[in-house]
Amino acid sequence: MFDQKVIEMILIGIKDTLYMTLVSTFFGYVLGLPYGIILKVTGKDGLRPNRIIYGIGDFICNIIRSVPFLILLILLIPFTRAIVGQSYGSTATIVPLVICAAPYIARVVEASLNEVDAGVIEAAKSMGANNFQIIFKVLLVEARVSLFSGMIITTGLLLGYSAMSGTVGGGGLGDIAVRYGYYRWQTDIMIVTVVLLIVIFQIIQNLGTWILPHIDHRKR
Amino acid sequence: MSEIEIRNLTKKFEVKGNPVTALDHVSLNIEKGDIYGIIGMSGAGKSTLVRSINYLEEPTEGQILIDGVDLASLKPAELRKKRSEIGMIFQGFHLLEQKNVIDNICFPLELAGVKKKAARQKAGELLKLVQLEEKEKAYPSQLSGGQKQRVAIARALATNPGILLCDEATSALDPQTTESILQLLQQINQTMHITIVIITHQMSVVNRICKKVAIIDSGRLVESGPVEKIFADPQTDAAKELLLEKKIRYSPVTALDTARKVRIVFSENSAYEPVIANLILKLQAPVNILKADTRNVGGKARGEMILGLPEGKQLQERMIDSLKENGLAVTEVKEDV
Repeated sequence: MFDQKVIEMILIGIKDTLYMTLVSTFFGYVLGLPYGIILKVTGKDGLRPNRIIYGIGDFICNIIRSVPFLILLILLIPFTRAIVGQSYGSTATIVPLVICAAPYIARVVEASLNEVDAGVIEAAKSMGANNFQIIFKVLLVEARVSLFSGMIITTGLLLGYSAMSGTVGGGGLGDIAVRYGYYRWQTDIMIVTVVLLIVIFQIIQNLGTWILPHIDHRKR
Repeated sequence: MSEIEIRNLTKKFEVKGNPVTALDHVSLNIEKGDIYGIIGMSGAGKSTLVRSINYLEEPTEGQILIDGVDLASLKPAELRKKRSEIGMIFQGFHLLEQKNVIDNICFPLELAGVKKKAARQKAGELLKLVQLEEKEKAYPSQLSGGQKQRVAIARALATNPGILLCDEATSALDPQTTESILQLLQQINQTMHITIVIITHQMSVVNRICKKVAIIDSGRLVESGPVEKIFADPQTDAAKELLLEKKIRYSPVTALDTARKVRIVFSENSAYEPVIANLILKLQAPVNILKADTRNVGGKARGEMILGLPEGKQLQERMIDSLKENGLAVTEVKEDV
Protein backbone atom coordinates (compact mmCIF):
# COMPACT_ATOMS: atom_id res chain seq x y z
CA MET A 1 0.00 0.00 0.00
CA PHE A 2 2.76 2.47 0.94
CA ASP A 3 6.21 2.59 -0.56
CA GLN A 4 9.36 2.07 1.45
CA LYS A 5 9.88 5.81 1.92
CA VAL A 6 6.51 6.42 3.48
CA ILE A 7 6.85 3.43 5.80
CA GLU A 8 10.24 4.66 6.91
CA MET A 9 8.80 8.10 7.54
CA ILE A 10 5.99 6.67 9.65
CA LEU A 11 8.46 4.58 11.66
CA ILE A 12 10.52 7.69 12.38
CA GLY A 13 7.25 9.44 13.26
CA ILE A 14 6.44 6.76 15.84
CA LYS A 15 9.92 7.06 17.30
CA ASP A 16 9.68 10.87 17.44
CA THR A 17 6.24 10.76 19.03
CA LEU A 18 7.40 8.36 21.73
CA TYR A 19 10.52 10.45 22.24
CA MET A 20 8.56 13.67 22.67
CA THR A 21 5.93 12.11 24.89
CA LEU A 22 8.24 10.26 27.23
CA VAL A 23 10.95 12.91 27.49
CA SER A 24 8.43 15.68 28.10
CA THR A 25 6.65 13.55 30.70
CA PHE A 26 10.00 13.00 32.40
CA PHE A 27 11.02 16.65 32.43
CA GLY A 28 7.44 17.63 33.21
CA TYR A 29 7.79 15.61 36.40
CA VAL A 30 11.26 16.99 37.12
CA LEU A 31 9.58 20.41 37.38
CA GLY A 32 6.02 19.45 38.27
CA LEU A 33 6.68 17.01 41.11
CA PRO A 34 8.59 19.50 43.30
CA TYR A 35 6.09 22.16 42.25
CA GLY A 36 3.20 19.97 43.40
CA ILE A 37 4.98 19.14 46.66
CA ILE A 38 5.51 22.84 47.32
CA LEU A 39 1.82 23.50 46.71
CA LYS A 40 0.88 20.71 49.11
CA VAL A 41 3.36 21.75 51.81
CA THR A 42 2.52 25.47 51.70
CA GLY A 43 -1.23 24.91 51.28
CA LYS A 44 -3.75 25.76 53.98
CA ASP A 45 -3.54 22.44 55.83
CA GLY A 46 0.01 21.69 54.72
CA LEU A 47 3.09 20.94 56.76
CA ARG A 48 4.21 24.54 56.49
CA PRO A 49 1.35 26.74 55.42
CA ASN A 50 2.57 29.86 53.65
CA ARG A 51 -0.03 32.05 52.00
CA ILE A 52 2.44 34.00 49.88
CA ILE A 53 4.31 31.07 48.39
CA TYR A 54 1.13 29.10 47.84
CA GLY A 55 -0.58 32.16 46.36
CA ILE A 56 2.21 32.75 43.83
CA GLY A 57 2.48 29.05 42.93
CA ASP A 58 -1.25 28.76 42.60
CA PHE A 59 -1.46 31.87 40.41
CA ILE A 60 1.33 30.87 38.00
CA CYS A 61 -0.14 27.41 37.75
CA ASN A 62 -3.56 28.75 36.80
CA ILE A 63 -2.14 31.24 34.29
CA ILE A 64 -0.15 28.67 32.34
CA ARG A 65 -2.95 26.14 32.47
CA SER A 66 -5.47 28.58 31.09
CA VAL A 67 -3.40 29.35 27.99
CA PRO A 68 -4.39 26.96 25.18
CA PHE A 69 -1.48 24.70 24.27
CA LEU A 70 -1.35 25.78 20.66
CA ILE A 71 -0.97 29.42 21.69
CA LEU A 72 1.60 28.51 24.34
CA LEU A 73 3.50 26.70 21.62
CA ILE A 74 3.72 29.90 19.55
CA LEU A 75 4.29 32.23 22.51
CA LEU A 76 7.23 30.14 23.63
CA ILE A 77 9.03 30.12 20.27
CA PRO A 78 11.69 32.67 21.32
CA PHE A 79 12.24 30.80 24.58
CA THR A 80 12.47 27.45 22.79
CA ARG A 81 14.96 28.91 20.31
CA ALA A 82 17.08 30.20 23.17
CA ILE A 83 17.20 26.79 24.80
CA VAL A 84 17.33 24.30 21.92
CA GLY A 85 18.63 26.59 19.17
CA GLN A 86 15.67 26.03 16.86
CA SER A 87 11.90 26.25 17.12
CA TYR A 88 10.87 23.26 14.99
CA GLY A 89 11.45 19.51 15.21
CA SER A 90 10.72 17.06 17.96
CA THR A 91 13.39 18.20 20.43
CA ALA A 92 12.17 21.79 20.19
CA THR A 93 8.61 20.66 20.84
CA ILE A 94 9.64 19.18 24.16
CA VAL A 95 10.19 22.68 25.59
CA PRO A 96 6.59 23.91 25.31
CA LEU A 97 5.33 20.44 26.20
CA VAL A 98 7.26 20.55 29.47
CA ILE A 99 6.15 24.11 30.22
CA CYS A 100 2.58 23.10 29.55
CA ALA A 101 2.81 19.86 31.51
CA ALA A 102 4.60 21.07 34.65
CA PRO A 103 1.72 23.09 36.18
CA TYR A 104 -0.73 20.39 35.15
CA ILE A 105 1.45 17.77 36.85
CA ALA A 106 1.80 20.02 39.89
CA ARG A 107 -1.99 20.02 40.30
CA VAL A 108 -2.22 16.27 39.80
CA VAL A 109 0.54 15.73 42.38
CA GLU A 110 -1.06 18.16 44.84
CA ALA A 111 -4.41 16.37 44.51
CA SER A 112 -2.76 12.97 45.00
CA LEU A 113 -0.90 14.10 48.11
CA ASN A 114 -4.08 15.60 49.51
CA GLU A 115 -5.57 12.12 49.50
CA VAL A 116 -3.13 10.91 52.14
CA ASP A 117 -4.96 10.53 55.44
CA ALA A 118 -4.10 13.40 57.79
CA GLY A 119 -4.06 10.89 60.64
CA VAL A 120 -1.15 9.01 59.10
CA ILE A 121 0.78 12.27 58.85
CA GLU A 122 -0.04 13.02 62.47
CA ALA A 123 1.12 9.54 63.48
CA ALA A 124 4.43 10.12 61.70
CA LYS A 125 4.79 13.46 63.49
CA SER A 126 4.15 11.74 66.81
CA MET A 127 7.04 9.42 66.00
CA GLY A 128 9.33 12.41 65.60
CA ALA A 129 9.37 12.63 61.80
CA ASN A 130 10.57 15.92 60.32
CA ASN A 131 8.85 17.53 57.35
CA PHE A 132 11.39 16.14 54.91
CA GLN A 133 10.75 12.60 56.16
CA ILE A 134 7.00 13.14 56.06
CA ILE A 135 7.20 14.20 52.41
CA PHE A 136 9.49 11.44 51.20
CA LYS A 137 8.64 8.56 53.50
CA VAL A 138 4.95 9.14 54.09
CA LEU A 139 3.28 11.39 51.52
CA LEU A 140 4.99 10.16 48.35
CA VAL A 141 4.89 6.53 49.47
CA GLU A 142 1.29 6.45 50.60
CA ALA A 143 0.08 8.42 47.57
CA ARG A 144 2.05 6.38 45.05
CA VAL A 145 -0.97 4.69 43.44
CA SER A 146 -2.70 7.97 42.84
CA LEU A 147 0.59 9.56 41.70
CA PHE A 148 1.15 6.75 39.24
CA SER A 149 -2.32 6.93 37.73
CA GLY A 150 -1.85 10.70 37.47
CA MET A 151 1.34 10.06 35.52
CA ILE A 152 -0.45 7.74 33.10
CA ILE A 153 -3.11 10.38 32.49
CA THR A 154 -0.42 13.02 31.97
CA THR A 155 1.46 10.83 29.50
CA GLY A 156 -1.72 10.35 27.49
CA LEU A 157 -2.32 14.08 27.51
CA LEU A 158 1.22 14.81 26.32
CA LEU A 159 0.87 12.25 23.55
CA GLY A 160 -2.09 14.22 22.27
CA TYR A 161 -0.31 17.56 22.67
CA SER A 162 2.79 16.29 20.91
CA ALA A 163 0.58 15.46 17.92
CA MET A 164 -0.94 18.92 18.09
CA SER A 165 2.51 20.44 17.81
CA GLY A 166 2.60 19.00 14.28
CA THR A 167 0.70 22.10 13.13
CA VAL A 168 3.78 24.22 13.73
CA GLY A 169 6.35 21.72 12.53
CA GLY A 170 6.73 19.74 15.71
CA GLY A 171 7.71 16.37 14.28
CA GLY A 172 6.30 12.94 15.03
CA LEU A 173 3.05 11.37 13.91
CA GLY A 174 1.04 14.55 14.33
CA ASP A 175 3.40 16.36 12.00
CA ILE A 176 2.97 13.64 9.37
CA ALA A 177 -0.80 13.75 9.73
CA VAL A 178 -0.83 17.50 9.21
CA ARG A 179 1.64 17.60 6.34
CA TYR A 180 0.34 14.65 4.35
CA GLY A 181 -3.23 14.34 5.47
CA TYR A 182 -4.12 18.02 5.64
CA TYR A 183 -1.88 19.85 3.18
CA ARG A 184 -1.57 17.07 0.57
CA TRP A 185 -4.98 15.47 0.91
CA GLN A 186 -3.43 12.03 1.45
CA THR A 187 -6.18 10.77 3.69
CA ASP A 188 -4.76 7.23 3.86
CA ILE A 189 -1.56 8.44 5.54
CA MET A 190 -3.57 10.56 7.95
CA ILE A 191 -5.75 7.61 8.91
CA VAL A 192 -2.71 5.43 9.50
CA THR A 193 -1.11 8.03 11.79
CA VAL A 194 -4.33 8.52 13.73
CA VAL A 195 -4.70 4.75 14.17
CA LEU A 196 -1.10 4.56 15.34
CA LEU A 197 -1.72 7.34 17.87
CA ILE A 198 -4.74 5.44 19.16
CA VAL A 199 -2.70 2.24 19.45
CA ILE A 200 0.14 4.02 21.34
CA PHE A 201 -2.40 5.64 23.64
CA GLN A 202 -4.02 2.27 24.34
CA ILE A 203 -0.67 0.67 25.10
CA ILE A 204 0.26 3.40 27.60
CA GLN A 205 -3.13 3.32 29.28
CA ASN A 206 -3.34 -0.48 29.48
CA LEU A 207 0.21 -0.77 30.71
CA GLY A 208 -0.73 1.62 33.50
CA THR A 209 -3.92 -0.22 34.34
CA TRP A 210 -1.96 -3.47 34.45
CA ILE A 211 0.82 -2.14 36.70
CA LEU A 212 -1.49 -0.28 39.10
CA PRO A 213 -2.76 -3.19 41.23
CA HIS A 214 0.79 -4.48 41.58
CA ILE A 215 1.90 -1.37 43.47
CA ASP A 216 -1.26 -0.99 45.56
CA HIS A 217 -1.44 -2.86 48.85
CA ARG A 218 -4.60 -1.26 50.11
CA LYS A 219 -7.07 -3.76 48.67
CA ARG A 220 -6.46 -7.44 48.35
CA MET B 1 8.97 15.01 89.91
CA SER B 2 6.07 13.78 87.86
CA GLU B 3 6.76 12.17 84.54
CA ILE B 4 4.12 14.28 82.84
CA GLU B 5 3.23 17.62 84.31
CA ILE B 6 0.50 19.66 82.74
CA ARG B 7 0.46 23.19 84.07
CA ASN B 8 -2.38 25.58 83.46
CA LEU B 9 -2.86 24.36 79.93
CA THR B 10 -5.12 26.51 77.81
CA LYS B 11 -5.77 25.99 74.14
CA LYS B 12 -7.82 28.31 72.01
CA PHE B 13 -8.81 27.72 68.42
CA GLU B 14 -10.53 29.89 65.95
CA VAL B 15 -13.44 28.24 64.19
CA LYS B 16 -14.90 30.33 61.38
CA GLY B 17 -13.72 33.53 63.04
CA ASN B 18 -15.11 32.61 66.46
CA PRO B 19 -12.69 31.86 69.27
CA VAL B 20 -13.24 28.47 70.90
CA THR B 21 -11.58 27.46 74.15
CA ALA B 22 -10.82 23.77 73.84
CA LEU B 23 -8.89 23.58 77.10
CA ASP B 24 -9.24 25.95 80.00
CA HIS B 25 -6.42 26.06 82.56
CA VAL B 26 -6.00 22.32 82.94
CA SER B 27 -3.39 21.15 85.44
CA LEU B 28 -2.58 17.51 85.93
CA ASN B 29 0.33 15.41 87.13
CA ILE B 30 0.91 11.91 85.84
CA GLU B 31 3.42 9.78 87.69
CA LYS B 32 5.82 7.22 86.29
CA GLY B 33 4.14 3.84 85.88
CA ASP B 34 0.59 5.18 86.07
CA ILE B 35 -2.22 4.07 83.85
CA TYR B 36 -4.04 7.36 83.76
CA GLY B 37 -7.48 7.66 82.25
CA ILE B 38 -8.72 10.95 80.88
CA ILE B 39 -12.41 10.70 80.31
CA GLY B 40 -14.97 13.08 78.94
CA MET B 41 -17.86 13.37 76.54
CA SER B 42 -17.00 13.93 72.90
CA GLY B 43 -16.00 17.52 72.32
CA ALA B 44 -14.84 17.93 75.92
CA GLY B 45 -11.29 18.66 74.81
CA LYS B 46 -9.62 15.40 75.77
CA SER B 47 -8.12 14.77 72.33
CA THR B 48 -6.63 18.25 72.33
CA LEU B 49 -5.23 17.50 75.77
CA VAL B 50 -3.48 14.30 74.71
CA ARG B 51 -2.13 15.98 71.58
CA SER B 52 -0.68 18.69 73.75
CA ILE B 53 1.31 16.17 75.75
CA ASN B 54 3.59 15.52 72.78
CA TYR B 55 3.11 19.02 71.40
CA LEU B 56 1.21 17.98 68.28
CA GLU B 57 -0.93 20.85 69.53
CA GLU B 58 0.96 23.81 70.85
CA PRO B 59 -0.69 25.28 73.94
CA THR B 60 -2.00 28.82 73.80
CA GLU B 61 -1.02 29.20 77.45
CA GLY B 62 0.55 26.98 80.06
CA GLN B 63 3.25 24.38 79.98
CA ILE B 64 3.85 20.69 79.40
CA LEU B 65 6.75 19.21 81.30
CA ILE B 66 8.02 15.76 80.48
CA ASP B 67 10.46 14.51 83.12
CA GLY B 68 10.78 18.12 84.22
CA VAL B 69 11.63 19.45 80.77
CA ASP B 70 9.37 22.16 79.43
CA LEU B 71 8.54 21.21 75.83
CA ALA B 72 8.29 24.89 74.89
CA SER B 73 11.99 25.29 75.69
CA LEU B 74 13.06 22.68 73.11
CA LYS B 75 14.40 23.42 69.64
CA PRO B 76 12.45 21.77 66.77
CA ALA B 77 14.96 18.92 66.44
CA GLU B 78 14.98 18.34 70.19
CA LEU B 79 11.20 18.33 70.24
CA ARG B 80 11.10 15.68 67.49
CA LYS B 81 13.55 13.61 69.52
CA LYS B 82 11.32 13.99 72.56
CA ARG B 83 8.29 12.96 70.54
CA SER B 84 10.01 9.78 69.50
CA GLU B 85 10.31 8.97 73.20
CA ILE B 86 6.53 9.21 73.58
CA GLY B 87 4.55 6.51 71.77
CA MET B 88 1.06 7.24 70.52
CA ILE B 89 -1.82 5.15 69.24
CA PHE B 90 -5.06 6.32 67.70
CA GLN B 91 -8.68 5.40 67.23
CA GLY B 92 -8.14 5.08 63.48
CA PHE B 93 -4.84 3.15 63.86
CA HIS B 94 -3.12 5.30 61.20
CA LEU B 95 -0.86 2.59 59.84
CA LEU B 96 0.96 3.09 56.56
CA GLU B 97 -1.33 1.30 54.13
CA GLN B 98 1.38 0.69 51.56
CA LYS B 99 3.79 -0.93 53.99
CA ASN B 100 3.47 -4.39 55.45
CA VAL B 101 3.28 -5.11 59.17
CA ILE B 102 6.98 -5.49 59.81
CA ASP B 103 7.85 -2.36 57.82
CA ASN B 104 5.22 -0.42 59.71
CA ILE B 105 6.79 -1.43 63.00
CA CYS B 106 10.25 -0.58 61.67
CA PHE B 107 9.07 2.83 60.48
CA PRO B 108 9.82 4.89 63.62
CA LEU B 109 13.23 3.22 63.78
CA GLU B 110 13.82 4.08 60.13
CA LEU B 111 12.94 7.69 60.94
CA ALA B 112 15.42 7.61 63.81
CA GLY B 113 18.13 6.29 61.49
CA VAL B 114 18.45 2.84 63.08
CA LYS B 115 20.17 0.24 60.85
CA LYS B 116 17.75 -2.00 59.03
CA LYS B 117 18.97 -5.24 60.57
CA ALA B 118 18.69 -3.95 64.13
CA ALA B 119 15.29 -2.46 63.36
CA ARG B 120 14.03 -5.78 61.98
CA GLN B 121 15.17 -7.59 65.05
CA LYS B 122 13.45 -5.12 67.35
CA ALA B 123 10.29 -5.30 65.24
CA GLY B 124 10.38 -9.08 65.43
CA GLU B 125 10.46 -8.98 69.23
CA LEU B 126 7.54 -6.53 69.31
CA LEU B 127 5.51 -8.69 66.93
CA LYS B 128 5.95 -11.51 69.39
CA LEU B 129 4.80 -9.27 72.23
CA VAL B 130 1.60 -8.33 70.40
CA GLN B 131 1.16 -11.93 69.22
CA LEU B 132 1.10 -11.27 65.52
CA GLU B 133 4.22 -13.14 64.40
CA GLU B 134 2.40 -14.90 61.58
CA LYS B 135 1.22 -11.57 60.12
CA GLU B 136 4.71 -10.19 59.55
CA LYS B 137 4.28 -9.85 55.78
CA ALA B 138 0.60 -8.94 55.79
CA TYR B 139 -0.60 -5.51 54.77
CA PRO B 140 -2.89 -3.44 57.02
CA SER B 141 -5.83 -3.96 54.65
CA GLN B 142 -5.64 -7.69 55.41
CA LEU B 143 -5.91 -7.21 59.17
CA SER B 144 -8.87 -6.85 61.51
CA GLY B 145 -9.30 -3.73 63.64
CA GLY B 146 -7.85 -5.41 66.71
CA GLN B 147 -4.86 -6.68 64.77
CA LYS B 148 -4.27 -3.22 63.30
CA GLN B 149 -4.28 -1.73 66.78
CA ARG B 150 -1.79 -4.38 67.91
CA VAL B 151 0.50 -3.42 65.04
CA ALA B 152 0.06 0.24 66.00
CA ILE B 153 1.00 -0.60 69.59
CA ALA B 154 4.09 -2.48 68.44
CA ARG B 155 5.01 0.48 66.24
CA ALA B 156 4.52 2.93 69.11
CA LEU B 157 6.81 0.82 71.31
CA ALA B 158 9.59 0.43 68.74
CA THR B 159 11.58 3.39 70.00
CA ASN B 160 11.38 2.22 73.66
CA PRO B 161 9.23 5.11 74.82
CA GLY B 162 8.67 5.84 78.49
CA ILE B 163 5.14 7.04 77.82
CA LEU B 164 2.34 5.66 75.67
CA LEU B 165 -0.52 7.96 74.72
CA CYS B 166 -3.75 6.27 73.66
CA ASP B 167 -6.25 8.49 71.88
CA GLU B 168 -9.58 6.64 71.93
CA ALA B 169 -7.58 3.56 71.03
CA THR B 170 -10.41 1.12 71.68
CA SER B 171 -13.35 3.23 70.56
CA ALA B 172 -13.50 1.64 67.11
CA LEU B 173 -13.30 -1.91 68.46
CA ASP B 174 -15.90 -4.39 69.67
CA PRO B 175 -16.02 -5.27 73.40
CA GLN B 176 -13.99 -8.49 73.13
CA THR B 177 -11.28 -6.89 71.05
CA THR B 178 -11.28 -3.92 73.41
CA GLU B 179 -10.71 -6.31 76.30
CA SER B 180 -7.76 -7.97 74.57
CA ILE B 181 -6.19 -4.60 73.70
CA LEU B 182 -6.64 -3.40 77.28
CA GLN B 183 -5.04 -6.58 78.56
CA LEU B 184 -2.11 -5.96 76.27
CA LEU B 185 -1.78 -2.37 77.50
CA GLN B 186 -1.88 -3.55 81.08
CA GLN B 187 0.82 -6.12 80.35
CA ILE B 188 2.97 -3.43 78.72
CA ASN B 189 2.51 -1.18 81.74
CA GLN B 190 3.48 -3.93 84.17
CA THR B 191 6.35 -5.61 82.33
CA MET B 192 7.90 -2.67 80.52
CA HIS B 193 7.06 -0.01 83.14
CA ILE B 194 5.63 2.32 80.54
CA THR B 195 3.38 5.12 81.72
CA ILE B 196 0.10 4.95 79.85
CA VAL B 197 -2.31 7.80 79.28
CA ILE B 198 -5.70 6.68 78.03
CA ILE B 199 -8.16 9.08 76.48
CA THR B 200 -11.62 7.64 76.26
CA HIS B 201 -15.30 8.35 76.55
CA GLN B 202 -15.99 4.84 77.84
CA MET B 203 -16.15 4.48 81.62
CA SER B 204 -15.73 0.73 81.19
CA VAL B 205 -12.23 1.28 79.82
CA VAL B 206 -11.24 3.42 82.80
CA ASN B 207 -12.73 0.89 85.22
CA ARG B 208 -10.94 -1.95 83.55
CA ILE B 209 -7.34 -0.77 83.70
CA CYS B 210 -6.83 2.75 84.96
CA LYS B 211 -5.43 3.48 88.37
CA LYS B 212 -6.23 7.14 88.25
CA VAL B 213 -8.69 9.17 86.28
CA ALA B 214 -9.27 12.77 85.32
CA ILE B 215 -12.64 13.99 84.15
CA ILE B 216 -12.72 16.67 81.50
CA ASP B 217 -15.87 18.62 80.86
CA SER B 218 -16.15 21.51 78.39
CA GLY B 219 -12.39 22.01 78.40
CA ARG B 220 -12.09 22.05 82.19
CA LEU B 221 -10.68 19.43 84.47
CA VAL B 222 -13.52 18.94 86.90
CA GLU B 223 -12.37 15.98 88.95
CA SER B 224 -9.31 13.80 89.25
CA GLY B 225 -7.94 11.14 91.55
CA PRO B 226 -7.85 7.37 92.11
CA VAL B 227 -10.49 5.57 90.03
CA GLU B 228 -12.00 3.87 93.09
CA LYS B 229 -12.52 7.13 94.88
CA ILE B 230 -14.10 8.91 91.94
CA PHE B 231 -16.25 5.89 91.20
CA ALA B 232 -17.49 5.56 94.78
CA ASP B 233 -18.18 9.20 95.30
CA PRO B 234 -18.44 11.32 92.19
CA GLN B 235 -18.68 15.00 93.10
CA THR B 236 -19.61 16.70 89.87
CA ASP B 237 -22.46 16.30 87.44
CA ALA B 238 -20.01 15.53 84.66
CA ALA B 239 -18.54 12.65 86.67
CA LYS B 240 -21.98 11.31 87.53
CA GLU B 241 -23.03 11.45 83.92
CA LEU B 242 -20.04 9.44 82.86
CA LEU B 243 -20.47 6.91 85.65
CA LEU B 244 -24.17 6.43 85.09
CA GLU B 245 -23.65 6.75 81.34
CA LYS B 246 -26.66 8.98 81.29
CA LYS B 247 -27.27 12.63 80.60
CA ILE B 248 -28.44 13.77 84.04
CA ARG B 249 -27.94 17.45 83.46
CA TYR B 250 -30.44 17.54 80.67
CA SER B 251 -33.19 15.30 82.03
CA PRO B 252 -36.43 17.20 82.46
CA VAL B 253 -37.66 17.62 86.01
CA THR B 254 -41.19 16.55 85.12
CA ALA B 255 -39.96 13.08 84.21
CA LEU B 256 -38.83 12.34 87.75
CA ASP B 257 -40.59 9.58 89.59
CA THR B 258 -42.04 10.49 92.98
CA ALA B 259 -40.52 7.47 94.73
CA ARG B 260 -37.22 8.14 96.41
CA LYS B 261 -34.18 6.60 94.80
CA VAL B 262 -30.74 5.96 96.20
CA ARG B 263 -27.53 4.76 94.67
CA ILE B 264 -25.46 2.41 96.78
CA VAL B 265 -21.94 1.27 96.15
CA PHE B 266 -20.54 -1.98 97.52
CA SER B 267 -16.96 -2.11 98.61
CA GLU B 268 -14.89 -5.28 99.07
CA ASN B 269 -16.35 -6.20 102.46
CA SER B 270 -19.98 -5.38 102.00
CA ALA B 271 -20.22 -7.36 98.76
CA TYR B 272 -20.17 -10.62 100.74
CA GLU B 273 -23.17 -9.73 102.88
CA PRO B 274 -26.71 -10.27 101.60
CA VAL B 275 -27.37 -6.60 102.36
CA ILE B 276 -30.60 -6.13 100.44
CA ALA B 277 -32.17 -9.35 101.68
CA ASN B 278 -31.29 -8.46 105.27
CA LEU B 279 -32.76 -5.01 104.81
CA ILE B 280 -36.06 -6.38 103.58
CA LEU B 281 -36.25 -8.98 106.33
CA LYS B 282 -35.39 -6.46 109.01
CA LEU B 283 -37.82 -3.73 108.02
CA GLN B 284 -40.50 -5.94 106.49
CA ALA B 285 -40.81 -3.62 103.50
CA PRO B 286 -39.87 -4.19 99.86
CA VAL B 287 -37.32 -2.25 97.90
CA ASN B 288 -37.25 -2.05 94.15
CA ILE B 289 -33.92 -2.79 92.48
CA LEU B 290 -33.89 -0.44 89.52
CA LYS B 291 -30.37 -1.07 88.35
CA ALA B 292 -27.54 -3.30 89.44
CA ASP B 293 -24.07 -3.58 88.08
CA THR B 294 -20.82 -5.13 89.21
CA ARG B 295 -17.58 -3.89 87.78
CA ASN B 296 -13.94 -4.58 88.12
CA VAL B 297 -12.38 -1.37 89.34
CA GLY B 298 -8.62 -1.46 89.58
CA GLY B 299 -8.67 -5.19 90.17
CA LYS B 300 -11.33 -5.05 92.92
CA ALA B 301 -14.96 -6.01 92.60
CA ARG B 302 -17.24 -3.02 92.87
CA GLY B 303 -20.98 -3.22 92.87
CA GLU B 304 -23.36 -0.44 92.18
CA MET B 305 -27.08 -0.59 92.70
CA ILE B 306 -29.91 1.86 92.40
CA LEU B 307 -32.82 1.20 94.71
CA GLY B 308 -36.32 2.58 94.61
CA LEU B 309 -37.50 2.99 98.22
CA PRO B 310 -41.10 2.51 99.31
CA GLU B 311 -43.38 5.39 100.37
CA GLY B 312 -43.03 6.82 103.86
CA LYS B 313 -40.37 9.31 104.86
CA GLN B 314 -39.59 7.54 108.16
CA LEU B 315 -39.23 4.13 106.55
CA GLN B 316 -36.97 5.58 103.89
CA GLU B 317 -34.69 7.13 106.49
CA ARG B 318 -34.48 3.86 108.42
CA MET B 319 -33.59 2.02 105.25
CA ILE B 320 -30.85 4.50 104.40
CA ASP B 321 -29.46 4.30 107.92
CA SER B 322 -29.51 0.52 107.75
CA LEU B 323 -27.61 0.55 104.46
CA LYS B 324 -25.03 2.93 105.87
CA GLU B 325 -24.56 0.68 108.88
CA ASN B 326 -23.54 -2.06 106.49
CA GLY B 327 -20.69 0.09 105.24
CA LEU B 328 -22.27 1.15 101.97
CA ALA B 329 -21.92 4.54 100.38
CA VAL B 330 -25.42 5.88 99.87
CA THR B 331 -26.25 8.82 97.66
CA GLU B 332 -29.56 10.23 96.58
CA VAL B 333 -30.48 9.85 92.93
CA LYS B 334 -32.75 12.53 91.60
CA GLU B 335 -32.85 11.69 87.94
CA ASP B 336 -34.55 8.95 85.96
CA VAL B 337 -32.96 5.56 86.10
